[in-house]
Amino acid sequence: MIEEKRIVLRNADLIDPEKIEDYLLAGGYQGLEKARSMSSPDLIAEIKKSNLRGRGGAAFNCGLKWSFAPADAPVSYVVCNFDEGEPGTYKDRIIVQKDPQSLLEGMAICGHAVNSKQGYIYCRGEYPYVVDLLNRAIDQARGKGVLGDFDIEVRMGGGAYVCGEETALIESIEGHRGEPRIKPPFPGVAGLWAQPTVVNNVETFTNLPSIVLNGAEWFAAIGAPNYPGTKVLTLTGDVTNRVSIEVPTTATLREVIYDFGGGIKEGKKFKAVQVGGTSGGFIPESLLDTPIDFDSMRGIGATLGTGAVFVMDETRDIVDITTRIAKFFEHESCGKCNPCREGTFRAYEIMKKINQGQASVQDIENLTILSQVMEKACLCGLGQAAPSPILTTLKHFYPEYQARLQLN
Amino acid sequence: MSTIKDIILSYRDKPGGIIEAYHAVQKEYNYLPEETIATAASTFGVSEAQAYGVATFYSYLSVEQRGKYIIRMCESAPCHVAGAEALIKAFEAALGIMAGETTADGKFTLELTECVGQCQATPVITINNVPYLNMSPEQVPAVLALCK
Repeated sequence: MIEEKRIVLRNADLIDPEKIEDYLLAGGYQGLEKARSMSSPDLIAEIKKSNLRGRGGAAFNCGLKWSFAPADAPVSYVVCNFDEGEPGTYKDRIIVQKDPQSLLEGMAICGHAVNSKQGYIYCRGEYPYVVDLLNRAIDQARGKGVLGDFDIEVRMGGGAYVCGEETALIESIEGHRGEPRIKPPFPGVAGLWAQPTVVNNVETFTNLPSIVLNGAEWFAAIGAPNYPGTKVLTLTGDVTNRVSIEVPTTATLREVIYDFGGGIKEGKKFKAVQVGGTSGGFIPESLLDTPIDFDSMRGIGATLGTGAVFVMDETRDIVDITTRIAKFFEHESCGKCNPCREGTFRAYEIMKKINQGQASVQDIENLTILSQVMEKACLCGLGQAAPSPILTTLKHFYPEYQARLQLN
Repeated sequence: MSTIKDIILSYRDKPGGIIEAYHAVQKEYNYLPEETIATAASTFGVSEAQAYGVATFYSYLSVEQRGKYIIRMCESAPCHVAGAEALIKAFEAALGIMAGETTADGKFTLELTECVGQCQATPVITINNVPYLNMSPEQVPAVLALCK
């Protein structure tokens, strides 16, 4: 049986998250100290070599992302994306509630690498109690002087899922409607207030103290070679144990669901799992031996995404759940680009029709074409990923759709 | 209670602080009373249309008056399969209003929401941002009784 491996959650339940003294006693801020003994290019090279890839969903090489920020910019920003809004996801909340200083240290390490003096944490509006915790943690870090000349401010979102997209998030920090920008320019070149900006997820930042302290080779040897390290997963739905775990990225979905999740509740049979949040693909039983690393998940037409693991038992109605998900995207589309604004609206309309038993084969064909257009034509990840649950359920659970069609 | 103007002015030096100012107004007033928009617009140097556009973009900000207790019922997929629909119906029946409405006495507002990040214990609701976990229709009267 595969064991948990804790990097991000190394201090979870072992220290008092309200006390910086506990964090310091556990070796806190030694990673930052070591980082500050290195030159910026060396630090970036080290992170690049560790092959740490973004834990927010896109899995871009973290060090490479940092290297896009010009080294000689007079002002630049480090932004933490703590807007986890993917239904089924609560990993960043767990990470921060259990060890907030780890996030601050990770951001300060990034600050040294890209020569930034100011960080922002954009926390989702659903977590005002975590905003308070973070502000207390920042006060303590300032009091101890551990952040040096790097400062961090917390900003709270307003319940808009799209603000998890990095340019929409930047717009929101600037005080605007959270609508994504057209890229390029990418934030690394012109982000917050048009200055170079590095945006990383909570889990990405909290990996950094251990990577710097233990070295790139140490990290690169853990888990899958192409997506090394661990991943924090949150189990929801019809599993016996709805828990959060941190496992090496070589763990398979079956191990996650059965060894950690304790299998399906009430002795029922497995039907499907949706990984990565509500924009993730649905995965049938036959693919459960796939490792969770980003590339393996991509290989089966799914995504690791945020690491949400939403399990559905044999009694669950796939068409009904997919209809509910279509409603989510119709609600959360920001409306800036046509393919998403109209596409999510029509996708929900057709899904409702199917769910109510009033659709024909032609509706499914239209839905498929619409989905393919959205994947290619939508401006940001929201609209591009929105069709994924529809396309993957059509692929793996077509008989359930077929049973709903009008016989004409 | 601080005046709306005082609250907003205390954020004037914060770049992009309009959303933070709105949050602060809502913390005291539970919604954004009409003068909030004009005051924020002049304080942050944007048009009233822009200030209104920001206020109405975010689902946690409201320009409509709301009740003392804002009950948000999550209907995202993990809560959906855990029985969110029956829970929503139970709240609507208990309060005699539909989702999106406020009781006549101004005490409760019912809102539908998407994921609140407590999916280890579905279905979930929040009352004034405090999560209530593993909810069931049977628990609705007891939870409402907590709101004095």
